Amino acid sequence: MVGTSVPLALIPLLPFAGFLFNGVFGRKVSKSVSGLVACLAVGGAFVVAALNVWSLVQQPVEQRIIEQTVFWWISSGDLQLPLQFRLDPLGALMVLVVSGIGTLIHVYSTAYMHEEADGEYARYFSYLNLFAAFMLVLVLGANFPVMFVGWEGVGLCSYLLIGFWFKKKSASDAGKKAFVVNRIGDFAFLIGMFMAFKEFGTLDFLAIAEKTTLYQPEVTFGLLSVMTLMFFVGATGKSAQIPLYVWLPDAMEGPTPVSALIHAATMVTAGVYMIGRNADLFSLAPQTMLIIATIGALTALMAATIGLVQNDIKRVLAYSTVSQLGYMFLAMGVGAFTGGIFHLYTHAFFKALMFLGSGAVIHALHGEQDMRKMGGLKQHLPITFWTFLMGTIAIAGVPPLAGFFSKDEILWKTFESGHTVLWVVGMITAFLTATYMFRLLYMTFYCEPKWAHSHGHGSHGHGSNVDHAHEAHLHDAPPAMAIPLMILAVGAVLAGLVGVPHALNGSNRIEAFLEPSFHPARAGATMFPGSTHAVPSPQADVAPAAGDHAAQAADTHGEMTVAPAVGGEHGLAPAGHGAEAAHADTATELGLMALSVVVALAGIGLATYFFKSNPQKADQVQQSFAGVHRVLLNKYYVDEFYDAVVVQPIKRTSERLLWKVVDAGVIDGAVNGTGFIVRTGGAIMRLVQTGSVRVYAASVFVGVLVVIGYYLAR
Amino acid sequence: MDNLQAIMPMLIVTLAAMATMLAEAFRRKDERMPIGGLGVIGLVGAIAAAGLLWDRNAVGFGVIQADNFSLFVTVVVAVIGLFTIMFSSEVVEREGIPSGEYYTLTLFSVVGMMMMASATDLLVIFIALEIMSIAVYVLTGIKRTDAAGTEASFKYFLLGSFSSAFFLYGIAFSYAVSGSTRLDALSTAIAQSASAPGPMVWLAMGLLLVGFAFKVSAVPFHMWTPDAYEGAPTVVTGFMSTGVKAAAVAAFLRVFLSAFEPLRGDWTQLLTWIAMLTMVVGTVVGVAQTNVKRMLAYSSIAHAGYLLAGIIAASAIGKSAVLFYLASYAVANVGAFGVIAFIATRERNTGELTDFTGLWYAKPMLAVLMAVFLLSLGGFPPMAGFIAKWYIFAAAVNEGFYTLAIVGVLTSVVSVFFYLRIVVMMFMSSNKAELEVPPFGIVGTLGLALAAIATFYLGILPTRLIDLATQSISTIF
Repeated sequence: MVGTSVPLALIPLLPFAGFLFNGVFGRKVSKSVSGLVACLAVGGAFVVAALNVWSLVQQPVEQRIIEQTVFWWISSGDLQLPLQFRLDPLGALMVLVVSGIGTLIHVYSTAYMHEEADGEYARYFSYLNLFAAFMLVLVLGANFPVMFVGWEGVGLCSYLLIGFWFKKKSASDAGKKAFVVNRIGDFAFLIGMFMAFKEFGTLDFLAIAEKTTLYQPEVTFGLLSVMTLMFFVGATGKSAQIPLYVWLPDAMEGPTPVSALIHAATMVTAGVYMIGRNADLFSLAPQTMLIIATIGALTALMAATIGLVQNDIKRVLAYSTVSQLGYMFLAMGVGAFTGGIFHLYTHAFFKALMFLGSGAVIHALHGEQDMRKMGGLKQHLPITFWTFLMGTIAIAGVPPLAGFFSKDEILWKTFESGHTVLWVVGMITAFLTATYMFRLLYMTFYCEPKWAHSHGHGSHGHGSNVDHAHEAHLHDAPPAMAIPLMILAVGAVLAGLVGVPHALNGSNRIEAFLEPSFHPARAGATMFPGSTHAVPSPQADVAPAAGDHAAQAADTHGEMTVAPAVGGEHGLAPAGHGAEAAHADTATELGLMALSVVVALAGIGLATYFFKSNPQKADQVQQSFAGVHRVLLNKYYVDEFYDAVVVQPIKRTSERLLWKVVDAGVIDGAVNGTGFIVRTGGAIMRLVQTGSVRVYAASVFVGVLVVIGYYLAR
Repeated sequence: MDNLQAIMPMLIVTLAAMATMLAEAFRRKDERMPIGGLGVIGLVGAIAAAGLLWDRNAVGFGVIQADNFSLFVTVVVAVIGLFTIMFSSEVVEREGIPSGEYYTLTLFSVVGMMMMASATDLLVIFIALEIMSIAVYVLTGIKRTDAAGTEASFKYFLLGSFSSAFFLYGIAFSYAVSGSTRLDALSTAIAQSASAPGPMVWLAMGLLLVGFAFKVSAVPFHMWTPDAYEGAPTVVTGFMSTGVKAAAVAAFLRVFLSAFEPLRGDWTQLLTWIAMLTMVVGTVVGVAQTNVKRMLAYSSIAHAGYLLAGIIAASAIGKSAVLFYLASYAVANVGAFGVIAFIATRERNTGELTDFTGLWYAKPMLAVLMAVFLLSLGGFPPMAGFIAKWYIFAAAVNEGFYTLAIVGVLTSVVSVFFYLRIVVMMFMSSNKAELEVPPFGIVGTLGLALAAIATFYLGILPTRLIDLATQSISTIF
């Protein structure tokens, strides 16, 4: 284990200190002070994280782990639970993304939220700092309960920030929805955690990974499948996947920097991270993996189709986020853990960039979010436009920008592992992604300006001068907003270069860097010589050439003499990729890569045709497919479906049946009502005749009969 | 001497209670007297005595056992009493509650609770139960001019007597089984007939179960709870929702895990159903409430369900989990009721949800403290409630009570909804004008701060208390 001079605990503690400062003194200090403190807190966390990551990468690959126990949270009986932070390559990547992009978004917020009153401004930053602290706990936690502390904490902060502008009813409703949906996920997550504790007797990620070497992949849908499925359901809540994705689009009611930080770059990726963290465990449950891959692909496709027709700029981005998260889950499900995390990392750059860019647009247009009332902003907001363009190209998958490499890695691994149908779905989604993103770009920055008219009539309404008067109002992003945009744009362009695949003569350094984190048991073997699995199984040395799958198969089958496919019939790759196959693979990989470039360009071309060159054509198509358009515009009526099938029945049961029958407060009009009778009537015994006491006594008596009857009748 | 040692904590509190009575009797009209201070001295003395008796296993008069288990509960109950007194000083004055009676009854009730936890004879448990209950009935209706309080008190009294009758009947059948009311004699008799227990045994067990279930407010014996909690003065609600529950659970544990241990398979079966029903009803109906006191009443019903789950899964972890749960539930719940009492005024004291509107803007500290207590009750990490629930459900899973654990996790996840509703009211709405919070003094503030610190302490550094709980439970079962 590596010693380091700066304790890991400082990483979440600094933002937490910022939260305390703004929470306690926020109302007494000026905006600039509270903004500065908040930025410094997160920035400091980034610096500490960077120092730690620096000392981490100095170590040889197999020793890349920094572990620090802050204190023993619970140590009694058979439950030994330290509050422990652990930094490994996966954690290093996450912690840099969270604190780095977090810092940029804090800086951006100082300008974006500047119109808030002093106290509200401080409240905003205290929530944002608290979020950062919890998110860093989530990614640094060395065991499930510590992760869960972060998991619940970010959920709470997300809820508070979505509803930040609580005077808007839609905002507080959206917060509530996010909260309720996430509860379902948390429930499953907790169940999974209890199952894991019962099965493995530990909740430490590393210890669980070591125990997994004793298991073999489940052929039937057994305990491990249920356990991992529970964790996955937890992940669908946090990371907005089918069927629990419905809260994320509504979450856009929160301030835009919040959408960028929480609902695009960090919190929503927690589910993906959690699966990556437990890669060995999930690999044992091919059934669950297939479910994850399928749900991921379906979510990606569905969200992309919805994103195609939405008119609110932030909603398009929200559905785009859901769709991209779907890609990440697809990657996790086919066992391409590196690919999923790689996409998480590139996505954080370009999606945060586009959210912040949309924030700059909304800021310039005084709160307008409807793209139909935008257009022609290219000349007026040059910084925003150019940076936004970078993000759009990156997400569309045009090489050599970030999104291309990560998305292509996922698609390639999907294809390679034999999930052809899912691969097709992924390709269609890639096409749609390019289309809807460029639609957004064209509607916002090109075309005829529509904002002048709509705004002019509403607010000023003085005739032909309108255009001119309003152009004076349009300001591009101020420096505090522009600089984060530019930095993120650089990231969106360059971030993918750490993962140039071998097929393009790249070195795919991110894969080499992250890989040990997904199989910690093997890496751990050299680290903990005393452990029972100290000797790596022979297969583990033979197989890795064939990439993720073979390595994983060999790993999980470490005890067996022949390493068969990880549930070959479920489509996971056969383990025996030979050297001669590798060459053919490279050719295929290059071919598919070219195909996905073509697909991306086709998508861009389609968008250019309909939304830049011939906007009237788009309306025609819309009219000839009116039915489809309506369904998409209404998001497949999923919200309505949930409302009718889940929400209303529960409401009715709770309010009409249970409350009125079980809680007698309604029967006698609450205690005050009968109290009134006492006061006026004066006779205390009349109480008994109001009914409620008799009902209560009857209930007790029935209970007694049931209890006694139960025992005597047996 | 040994006899007196064993009852020392109770004795000290009894003396304190008598002192408050005398103080009130000799008080000149209009003279202000820190009667609560006498109670504090008594309770602190009881805690000290409990500390001295730790590991001594003193037995008093053959029916009181000052083992570590009862001492643990004694301390918990005494702490609840301390918090209650700390929160009461302003409230008693503002609401015009007769202070002498109030403190005296509180202290006597604490004595009853302590006795309930330490008694090893069914009849003594019954006497303790009545000492505790009668004091609480009166406390519920201590504001004689308040119709709602009087009504609540009367309802509570009627139903309490009703259930006491069943309890007493259960004792009678136990006597018929073993020829004694001592738990150890009962235990021997039941162990002998465990292979084919007769109807007498079933009747005894069933009726005792009903008696305890009523006191912990388990479904379907819970119906008095919302009315009593809503009608009672808020500080009293905080006291009885925690203290009464703690004492009843302690006696429940002792009777069922010692005397009826041989029949564990039989009573856990039924109790599992009761526990699940309790959790579900408490949670689901709680969601629909608009009065905070009533909402917390249902919440306390749900918590009774979790406690029962711990009793059912009474493995080595499970038993200490119950004790840990009692402590963490107590500090958070008593604190939450403390805040409700503090923001009430003489006119506006029913604890409506709307009273909390924009509390963050009027009294930020109170809002933060309330949020801490509520989140702990909801089982949010890193507050005490999370560890407590974690322990209970982990024990249930380990013992193979999967359905129970799933229902428990599900309801506790849902229950956060109604706790958070209050948080939302406080932080996410601003009408500063309407909310006028009366000033409150240093003692109450200190009490709230201590409760919040305890909530965090038990959530972040729970090991010490868990170890104590484990030690205390291992002395008796």
